[in-house]
Amino acid sequence: MARKATVLIDKELCKGCELCVIACPLEGLVLSDDLNLKGYRIVRLDTDKCTGCVNCALVCPDSAISVFREPKAAKPEAT
Amino acid sequence: MERTFIEEDWMSKPDALVYDNHPETLIDRPLHYCPGCHHGVAHKEIMHVVEELGIQSEVIGVAPVGCSVFAYHYMNVDMQEAAHGRACAVATGIKRVRPDKTVFTYQGDGDLAAIGTAETLHAVNRGENILIIFINNAIYGMTGGQMAPTTLEGMQTSTTPYGRNIKDIGYPLKMTDLVAHLPGAYYVTRQSVHTPNAVRKFKKALKKAFEYLKDERGTCFVEIVSNCPSGWKMTPVESVSYIEEKMLPEFPVGDLKTPEK
Ligand SMILES: Cc1ncc(C[n+]2csc(CCOP(=O)(O)OP(=O)(O)O)c2C)c(N)n1
Ligand code: SF4
Ligand code: SF4
Repeated sequence: MARKATVLIDKELCKGCELCVIACPLEGLVLSDDLNLKGYRIVRLDTDKCTGCVNCALVCPDSAISVFREPKAAKPEAT
Repeated sequence: MERTFIEEDWMSKPDALVYDNHPETLIDRPLHYCPGCHHGVAHKEIMHVVEELGIQSEVIGVAPVGCSVFAYHYMNVDMQEAAHGRACAVATGIKRVRPDKTVFTYQGDGDLAAIGTAETLHAVNRGENILIIFINNAIYGMTGGQMAPTTLEGMQTSTTPYGRNIKDIGYPLKMTDLVAHLPGAYYVTRQSVHTPNAVRKFKKALKKAFEYLKDERGTCFVEIVSNCPSGWKMTPVESVSYIEEKMLPEFPVGDLKTPEK
């Protein structure tokens, strides 16, 4: 399924604090078993239904998350 | 390694990026703060507000002593470091020499409400045209979790291992309530950043503060009720519940003083 929105998580900035996990209304973010170079467990997005609400990015202390949302198609010009 | 991110065609479109984790005003550099520390949220959102208001080149910040002593490492605006507690005095000097600039301080509760109480109260009492951002985590984070003036009754810290005893040590000091009574204060508000909506409200309040500053009619003061997971000996997620259940009843959010119309 094509996604309407998604997040980009900078693995090397994430510290696995899970503040984004509790902020996501879809419970779409999960702490994975992967470690980054600093040894922190990192989160990943585990849903196709992300709406791009930016909740996770707002509460992330380490600026690890940026959010993308599919731009609405431009309205056809009025004639 | 599992991918956290799947490329979509539309992502390269110019309007697709709805939240930029590193706007021009925030330097892309790993923060030294502990996992889950609200200093990071505060830095990021203050810099988002500076970006949104388009005032990067006219802002001068003053960094404190405390965990946020390296604030100038991350905030991509002109910054000056102040001695412990003296940020408001330094900001006074900067603003008086460069009245064309927008000057703010960023200070913890140990910095602003203990060693810097006098500087802070007098700066507000003089009605200096500066913005004071007060990050209140109710503890001395940097030095190992000692009691701060703002520590809650019964709260355990390394210097109050049995909990803060009001009888011996006195009450949590409410700096924001104090400054709201001073005639020099123009806009005084208390906010938090523990939930997405709290962050949205904080950003709104901070924007108002920066805008009120332009009136040049007194000091703007924004308190952020925040956490210190390491000092509180909690996980970041537990610290969010602690803010909700313990900190906010003692330090309720909202505007304490708004400019008269
Ligand atoms: C003149 C002076 N006295 C004491 C100290 C030690 N000291 C460093 S940071 C600090 C308190 C920091 O607490 P706070 O302002 O709440 O910031 P936090 O670390 O919690 O963010 C103290 C007492 C110092 N650096 N300089
Ligand atoms: S809030 Fe940020 S640092 Fe914390 S787990 Fe989520 S992405 Fe990682
Ligand atoms: S000690 Fe506390 S205030 Fe300092 S960085 Fe760690 S969590 Fe933040």
